[in-house]
Amino acid sequence: MKTFIRPSVLIVIFVLCMLPFAFPNAYIVDVAIRICLAGIVAIGLNLLMGFAGQVSIGHAAFVALGAYASGVATIRYGWSPLFALAVGAVGVAVLAYLVAKPILRLRDHTLTMATLGLGIIVHMVLVNEVAWTGGPDGMAVGPMKIGDWVLKGEMSWYALVACLLVLAIVISLNLFSSPAGRALRALHGSEVAAAVMGVNVPSFKVRVFVLSAVFASIAGSLTAHYNSFITPSLAGFMPSVELATMVVVGGMASTFGVVLGACLVVGLPQVFGGFEGFEMVFFGLALMLTVIFMPKGIVPSFAQRFAKRKS
Amino acid sequence: MSELLQFVFSGLTTGSIYALSALGFAIIYNASRVINFAQGDFLMLGGMFTVACTQLGVPLYLAIPLGVLATVVAGALLERLAIAPAGNSNVVSLIIITIGASMFIEGVVQILFGKNQHAVPSFSGETAIPVGGAMLLPQSLWVIGVAAVIVVFVGCFFRFTMIGKAMLAMSANREAAQLVGINTRMMLLVSFCMAAFLGATAGIVAAPITMVVYDLGQMLGLKGFVAATLGGMGSGVGAIVGGLLVGLLEAFVAGYVSSAYKDAVPFVLIIIILLVRPGGIFGAKSVDRV
Amino acid sequence: MLDINNLSKSFGGVMAVDDVTFEVASGTIHSVIGPNGAGKTTLFNLITGVYTPTCGNVLFSGKDITGMRPDQLAGLGMSRTFQNLRVCMNMSACENVMLGAHLRLNHGILAGMANLPALARRDAECRDEAHGFMQFAGVGQYVDAHASQMPFGALKRLEIARALATKPTILLLDEPAAGLNHTETGEISELIKKIAGSGLTVVLVEHDMKMVMNISDFVTVLNYGTRLASGTVAEVRQNPEVISAYLGTSVQ
Repeated sequence: MKTFIRPSVLIVIFVLCMLPFAFPNAYIVDVAIRICLAGIVAIGLNLLMGFAGQVSIGHAAFVALGAYASGVATIRYGWSPLFALAVGAVGVAVLAYLVAKPILRLRDHTLTMATLGLGIIVHMVLVNEVAWTGGPDGMAVGPMKIGDWVLKGEMSWYALVACLLVLAIVISLNLFSSPAGRALRALHGSEVAAAVMGVNVPSFKVRVFVLSAVFASIAGSLTAHYNSFITPSLAGFMPSVELATMVVVGGMASTFGVVLGACLVVGLPQVFGGFEGFEMVFFGLALMLTVIFMPKGIVPSFAQRFAKRKS
Repeated sequence: MSELLQFVFSGLTTGSIYALSALGFAIIYNASRVINFAQGDFLMLGGMFTVACTQLGVPLYLAIPLGVLATVVAGALLERLAIAPAGNSNVVSLIIITIGASMFIEGVVQILFGKNQHAVPSFSGETAIPVGGAMLLPQSLWVIGVAAVIVVFVGCFFRFTMIGKAMLAMSANREAAQLVGINTRMMLLVSFCMAAFLGATAGIVAAPITMVVYDLGQMLGLKGFVAATLGGMGSGVGAIVGGLLVGLLEAFVAGYVSSAYKDAVPFVLIIIILLVRPGGIFGAKSVDRV
Repeated sequence: MLDINNLSKSFGGVMAVDDVTFEVASGTIHSVIGPNGAGKTTLFNLITGVYTPTCGNVLFSGKDITGMRPDQLAGLGMSRTFQNLRVCMNMSACENVMLGAHLRLNHGILAGMANLPALARRDAECRDEAHGFMQFAGVGQYVDAHASQMPFGALKRLEIARALATKPTILLLDEPAAGLNHTETGEISELIKKIAGSGLTVVLVEHDMKMVMNISDFVTVLNYGTRLASGTVAEVRQNPEVISAYLGTSVQ
């Protein structure tokens, strides 16, 4: 009999609760908020990349679309932030669905190519449609409001995104061990075997693509309100590679792995930050070294080593 | 009419650069099934090393071969230090390694040379030559000419040399090639060196037009990749036709439609082509063996 | 049970399967044999929807299934194994077998995300069921193993367990004995007989002549993509064309 809440999730909740008390410092909390937001996107991307094995290096496009949907709808049309977030997520889902149908017929490098192209096109549209997006200079976005309550201050933001991160973790863990999760992972293992077992391969690919885009869109909307300023660079190549790095370095298909990946990718540059070009060198090396020495990613590799020692 | 001709000139110039870049992708792909995302950085490195040499006072005619040589060494190092140690990892892992390598290279160049653009003087002056009402820059002639010479050279390499034939054999069937005594590890190294050579040459002849900046390789590499995929990944002729096609279309869109969206052309084009012909224009239709 | 009518498949002008017709009777073990490159595996891929035939049709329990996708065929009760293993190496052995229950479980993504008690309970039952299938296929000791830790012979049985977990009425086995030693081959033969004994129809592609002649009820012989002969073991064994095609290999 499975317990309702997994011990591992309790540990995460405990760490998230203790963090602001251990480091009562606005800067640390700010970094923690960014890690949570990135973690949500990475968990979503992991469903596509880690579970289903479909590599995307254009995923930041969906983050940016969510952010701009919120920005444009609240500022230019005066919608409430929560409504804008929801409509943005639905819009991104529809777009992802339309794009996924043809794109996911492609494989390996052609799929990677297509997601990359998608990212570049979104970036270009955001830069060029100045009347809506403010062009390369970006646009200001108002604060997050839930009903009449305005979300302000580091701590309330932290509380919100930490809860959402826990929710995302629980959803991802549930999915992993469910029939749908097995079907998705089977796509990674062998598409043809999955099909013979009754898995509707195209349909699962499309649905997981849409789902991961929705994760990105929601986190993007929140990012827009939190930063209160957005630029097209959100959709750039670099943020997309950062997201893929979180998944690969942390551990494909491992939910806690990608959360760790988000901590490393967002956190470490803060520690060593301020050096031009350093970030790129660091991510580049991290990507190469993990794939060469820990092809399964940090968390699964250590889990395996631990299991071996025990037996 | 002269306007059209102008666009054709500019399309052929950029198309030649894309074609060389695409050829680099195709050579590495044939040897290893890897898409080398650092291919564009070979172009940037070629230009950047040349800039560095000229800044140290080396005359251009010496700086160019030095730039090519240094880039080829970088290509060899990439294969030895990042691709070879990954051994028999799956192709997706290898592709991720090259993405990492690309970022690493760009980061190091940014630290060493900064974020600003570096100029390289035109090889034979800036005086444009009038042709049929349009103006042709001498540097464009250099780009197209060098690209043509290299394409012939690469064609001969694969047709007439033992190493070239061995590489073709390897792309057809790696295990069989190994069985008949072809050193596949060596061939992989050669393919990275050749791709680096092609990239560096393209980067250097294009440098007076594009200027050199640390992230120059991103767009050039991506478009080279689009060109290679468009033509049918792994096909040499396909790479060249794909490159010229992308260059020409881009020039026409920039001229007749909108220069803001010219960079979107290759990516929209590739998505359409891949949906109609998943193997590319010259690619064979692949059948999954179960 | 299974009617294959004038089935053909060409790859770029090469006829891999050329106008093949035969019938598989319900509850029998029906083997398809032939020299390398005779088109046996292609025939399997055509029947199971992995490839689409160039012409001809396939009837399954009287229903035309030509051109249907593999997952649709799984829903109709057809399952198969692969000549080159297609075990999902990123999953545990048990999860591989549980995959076979895909269509009987609620496989909606939202349902999986919520993990409602009803689904969790059905999933636990499915896990027990999977253990049963693994036991039946003789890989019970690998219940807690990861697929990537299992030896080759066990993986072949795991594939059979996975195929059985779809609860098919017809099972197509593509060279189940390939790569196995003499003893293991004998064990696999027993397993196949056991499967057929439980009422399933088995279609078998196999190279091991001794095994084929031992366990089959009917045999179809392919050569260069065409049907050379079809009938009971005794009939096929005496067919002069078959003997000449197999000249040099003893058919006992």
